[in-house]
Amino acid sequence: MRIGTLMLAGAMALVAGLATTTVDARTVRWARSVDAQTLDPMSANIGPTSNVAHQIYEPLVIRGYDGKLVPTLATSWRNLPDDATMWEVKLRAGVKFHDGSAFTADDAVFSFERARMPTSDYRGLLTSIESVTKVDETTIRIKTKAANPLLFENLTNIFMMSKAWATANNALQPQNIRERQENGATRNAMGTGPFQLVSREPDVRTVMRRFEGYWGRTEFPMQVTELIVVPIQQDATRIAALLSGEVDVVHDVPVQDIARLQQSQGIKVVTGPENRVIFLGFNVAPAELKSSDLKGRNPFSDQRVRAAINIAVNRDAITRVVMRGQGQPIGYIGTPFISGYNAALGAVPRYDVQAANKALDDAGYPRRPDAANTRFSVSLQCTNNRYVSDENICQAVVAMMGQIGIKVNLVAKPAAQHFPELQREELDFFLVGWGIPTYDAEYVLTFLYHTRSANNGTWNGTRYSNPALDARMIALQTMPDVTRRNAELESIQTQLKNEAIYVPLHVQSISHAVRGGLDMAVHPDAGAWFKLFRFQGS
Amino acid sequence: MIAYVVKSLAQAVMVMLAVALVAFSMFRFVGDPVSNLVGQEATIADREQLARDLGLADPVPVQFARFVANAAQLQFGVSYRQGRPVIDLLKERLPATVELALLSALFALATGLALGVYTAIRRDGILSHMILSLSLVGVSLPTFLIGIGLIWLFAVELRWLPSFGRGEVVHLGWWTTGLLTVSGLKSLIMPVLTLGFYQVTLIMRLVRAEMLEALRTDYVKFARARGVPERSIFFRHALKNTLVPVTTVVGLQLGGVIAFAIVTESVFQWPGLGALFINAVQFVDIPVMAAYLMFVAFVFVVTNLAVDLLYFALDPRLRGGAAARGH
Repeated sequence: MRIGTLMLAGAMALVAGLATTTVDARTVRWARSVDAQTLDPMSANIGPTSNVAHQIYEPLVIRGYDGKLVPTLATSWRNLPDDATMWEVKLRAGVKFHDGSAFTADDAVFSFERARMPTSDYRGLLTSIESVTKVDETTIRIKTKAANPLLFENLTNIFMMSKAWATANNALQPQNIRERQENGATRNAMGTGPFQLVSREPDVRTVMRRFEGYWGRTEFPMQVTELIVVPIQQDATRIAALLSGEVDVVHDVPVQDIARLQQSQGIKVVTGPENRVIFLGFNVAPAELKSSDLKGRNPFSDQRVRAAINIAVNRDAITRVVMRGQGQPIGYIGTPFISGYNAALGAVPRYDVQAANKALDDAGYPRRPDAANTRFSVSLQCTNNRYVSDENICQAVVAMMGQIGIKVNLVAKPAAQHFPELQREELDFFLVGWGIPTYDAEYVLTFLYHTRSANNGTWNGTRYSNPALDARMIALQTMPDVTRRNAELESIQTQLKNEAIYVPLHVQSISHAVRGGLDMAVHPDAGAWFKLFRFQGS
Repeated sequence: MIAYVVKSLAQAVMVMLAVALVAFSMFRFVGDPVSNLVGQEATIADREQLARDLGLADPVPVQFARFVANAAQLQFGVSYRQGRPVIDLLKERLPATVELALLSALFALATGLALGVYTAIRRDGILSHMILSLSLVGVSLPTFLIGIGLIWLFAVELRWLPSFGRGEVVHLGWWTTGLLTVSGLKSLIMPVLTLGFYQVTLIMRLVRAEMLEALRTDYVKFARARGVPERSIFFRHALKNTLVPVTTVVGLQLGGVIAFAIVTESVFQWPGLGALFINAVQFVDIPVMAAYLMFVAFVFVVTNLAVDLLYFALDPRLRGGAAARGH
């Protein structure tokens, strides 16, 4: 009896001891399918890379979970009253780098210079800047070439680095892949962010520890004391690691695993919309499609055919069945997150197979009894590793096209093959997705609809070209009057929607799975800010 | 003797060149690395400049000559994905793959030999039949499924073993080893079983067949007639003669194990060369893909060469100049 009591007391003490350690340690192991490409925060403009950088480095502003700009290393910014091209930015005082040195205006000026160098992958976002100068220790001025009301929308991934550290560590320029070199920032880091780097093994693990001298130490929950990033490529292994308790957060949950994870004890799945639209595109220009059995004609150059396909795609069915309820059907390339979002344009057209069939008959593409009763055939090119369920979406589209007599051959390829073909304008009918990092509709127009040229229309794989609209799209970049700008946006987008150059499908949703009571949400940029997360019950 | 060695070496060099050519020309067409290197905001001029800087705009024979010359000096360029020298990446990843492959081979050899001898000696036993049918099932299951199955059983359900990675590793110079820590050893178990499984069945069936054949030979019959103990007949007479072809196959299979560790490494997120290759394929990281292919070809060529020379040492008939080989 006595021994039993002792053992019980001992066991209880042990349990209590274990409980305190787990609460105190607060390590979070964060698994995702790919690793950051480099730790240099300016050399690769790719989500997983900047996402890791965001834990260590900070920009002047970030986007909150609602998509709105939040001051980070800048506390305020304003246009000078007499000069719309001059921005004055107040920097946060008392900010320290991980080595204890202070963050100053010199560091900010240096960081902007670095981000505008030829080897920086972010310089495309900063082309409107003419110069950045220091006013005093906590003030800088950014001069733009023309009035740019959207300047700060472009700064959410422009990270601030220490000039002294970069000088001492051979990292004055962003890591240059062209010169085939590593620099001091590839595997080391020195930021002002909530976590400081402990160790980095590319593709294996990256360990970070809470930075006790962080300026927001008391402002944010800062409950995670250690953050370990582990890339696990295989979906099944990633999910197994979560179920077995070896990782705490799975960043990208495959849709087929969501239901099962929701039923697992101690695991929570959070799902939310990303600031990204998935859509189909047509090659509208050539006289004849390469992949079609219809010779001498290009059905996609006919607006009536494109419009018919637009109403023959059952977006609700795709989000409900293929995406298992994840994703929001949409009628234009825009998300509720972006400025100037237009709900009327976003409304999904009514799904109507009969009307689509009739429109195709009227357009002069009858069903041909000698060709299995189809109107024409075409290849649909699709990625199979880039977007949520991308290949399955395309399979559904193939079936839907069959209902209106269009025979579609599905060709699914990895993104590494698909995107170059898209950019070479080799695809007749394709799937692609588009994120909107500036949270502004102009980004969609100049990249996807503008005529292909050196600086614009670089992702326009449709050969659509309308010089009059091009000029109006470019004018949007320097239009400060929001009301006038929104009216102009609506007018341009209405015309483009009627042309049906693309068939918008849905705003993509992504899911994170979390264990151990960590409170986590989905960010519209698909990123995560661990300084914000709390553990349940604390 | 010298002629034989020179001939083998020349063959090896030809094979390496052929592989280099295939690897090189294949990778020209698998995709465009440029679009992976630049962000979505990059302009067309940026892309063209990058292609020129990477040497992708030169004529293909020029690119190939440059590739072979550099490869001969172990210069495989810089990874497009990580921006680091490929040779550094290979050096980092090599220990994980070598440990996994050697342990798998060892496991396969020990288990395969034991089961092979057992099923040969007790050829009509119930257990032997069970082992043989199980091995059939096992050999027809894809490696991927075996790996995932093991993960679900031992990591998710029982929580005995880790589902991914190498665990804690100890650094010995540039070599890292998981053999000296508990978590490292635990991490090895499932990948070793997964990778070794097919080899076990292969070796087992080979040993069994050779052993049965040996047991039918005259010298075994004579030994029996002379009253030599069964134990001695099995292990000193029959098994010894079985081992010659088995050694050959095991030697050749080691190359295969290293080369085909890709699936196992991918399932277990094992940070070896195979996982490096898979990542490279997804990213069209041509320097890494080419270097890996060359590495695999090199392993095969070296093991084949070693086996060739081993035959020479083992088989006296070859020394007479006849190049025909029994196996």
